[in-house]
Amino acid sequence: MSGAVEAAVTRAFREEWGQIVATLIRVTGDWDLAEECAQDAFAQALQRWPRDGIPRRPGAWLTTTARNRATDRLRREAVGAAKLRQAAMLSVPDEPGDDGAAASGVPDDRLRLMFTCCHPALAFEARVALTLRTLAGLTTAEIARAFLVAEETMSKRLVRAKGKIRDAGIPYRVPPAHLLGERTASVLGVLYLLFNEGYTASGGADLVRQNLTAEAVRLARLLVQLLPDEPEAGGLLALMLLHDARHATRLDAAGELVTLEDQDRARWDAGKIAEGVRLLEAAQRQARPGPYQIQAAIAACHATAPTAADTDWAQIAALYGQLSRLVPSAVVKLNRAVAIGMRDGPAAGLALVEQLQASGELAGYHLLPATRADLLRRLDRRDEAALAYREALELASTDAERRYLTRRLSETTSS
Amino acid sequence: MRYLLLVCGEDQAHKAMEADGSFVASCHAWADEMRRRGMLLATGGLRPPGDATTVRVRDDQVLLSDGPFAETKEFIAGFNLVECSDLDEALEVTAKHPAARYGTIEIRPLVPT
Repeated sequence: MSGAVEAAVTRAFREEWGQIVATLIRVTGDWDLAEECAQDAFAQALQRWPRDGIPRRPGAWLTTTARNRATDRLRREAVGAAKLRQAAMLSVPDEPGDDGAAASGVPDDRLRLMFTCCHPALAFEARVALTLRTLAGLTTAEIARAFLVAEETMSKRLVRAKGKIRDAGIPYRVPPAHLLGERTASVLGVLYLLFNEGYTASGGADLVRQNLTAEAVRLARLLVQLLPDEPEAGGLLALMLLHDARHATRLDAAGELVTLEDQDRARWDAGKIAEGVRLLEAAQRQARPGPYQIQAAIAACHATAPTAADTDWAQIAALYGQLSRLVPSAVVKLNRAVAIGMRDGPAAGLALVEQLQASGELAGYHLLPATRADLLRRLDRRDEAALAYREALELASTDAERRYLTRRLSETTSS
Repeated sequence: MRYLLLVCGEDQAHKAMEADGSFVASCHAWADEMRRRGMLLATGGLRPPGDATTVRVRDDQVLLSDGPFAETKEFIAGFNLVECSDLDEALEVTAKHPAARYGTIEIRPLVPT
């Protein structure tokens, strides 16, 4: 019984926290009160559900409990007419539309909350932290650990961000049509960063960080559901799933990096790949391409190739070309050079990499010499390859990357 | 909500504004549009920081000094006090101000009274 209650509370927390906080912020306008009352509601659930049984609709039970708590608090603290009015508003029963908000055209409170957390007038790291705290329900301590800062620093960051939302008048709403594109890009950027932070984490000590990947996927799913007309939301979720499908094969048993070419494709998650491809196709049917859809299309080329040799490098090279027209980034150009090296042979790739090197755009980026080294190795220009591997080794920032490059270097210099 | 829009910039930005023959007219057009929308509470351009005097009172003594509060390369060249529904509206009208193309405009929300 108690196991079942705990499981129910845990599930309700994952599924309902963001909704409860978002609703309470709308009706009270007070972010701290909303969080505290949501927390109280979950604490009460742990006490009362073992005795009274798990309610039929846990979310509704929790929302009502949190609202009642907020009403009590506001009544007790009421100092003026405005606060009393707020308290009165809170005791109004749910509007009939509350359950099917998205279907009825009333914006979902969670969508308001997402856009407000990711408002461009907030610093990027504050957007990330607020999203994790208010939408995903991570504690300040967990967020601090995930971003390797002291809990006090993270706490100050959250307090300051909430203060600015309140005092500078950042509106709690889904932006109007003329702002929607740019504001959606900010939300997508926050979710993508969360995903990458989690994805690049490794090993047991990094469990909190790995959890960020799951949170990012969950929030992206929610965004796709709430913004069905935004193909980039579907593109981002597809991109996340297609990468996540390969997560288990990125490192071998000893924790060493395994390149895409050498990964065990039988261990890729076929369910995630299929879902990613389906989402991508649905997004592409809206005929409004964007950077996330293109990156997802590239990931899909890799994920659906039965063997490394079957990879459609011509298509990947074309997609990187398309991407670099939308996002003029030197890293994208480097990836395009790799794809062209696979399509037309290493000499063609090397010519592009050397152009990039001459431009100086990627000075200090270890993957530039690492890519050059790889192309030189395939051309059997061993001495130059060894030199480039050494250069990459000096610039690489993680141990796993350094070990990988050392292995390659010794292969190049031996025999 | 009320917001104070502080038009800031360094000397170079200031000179570029002066060199732009249509700058003053476009500022007037911005202010007219803001008045039409009922959003402009006050507006003004400021004399350069060299004309500033700062005042402090310590131990009942009035202390004056010549020059601005802070000696920085950037200085406040003008201000607009506006009434907006929220920060998004303040961002919208600020981005339309002609000075934003040369200098920087700082948006400061007022403490409610």
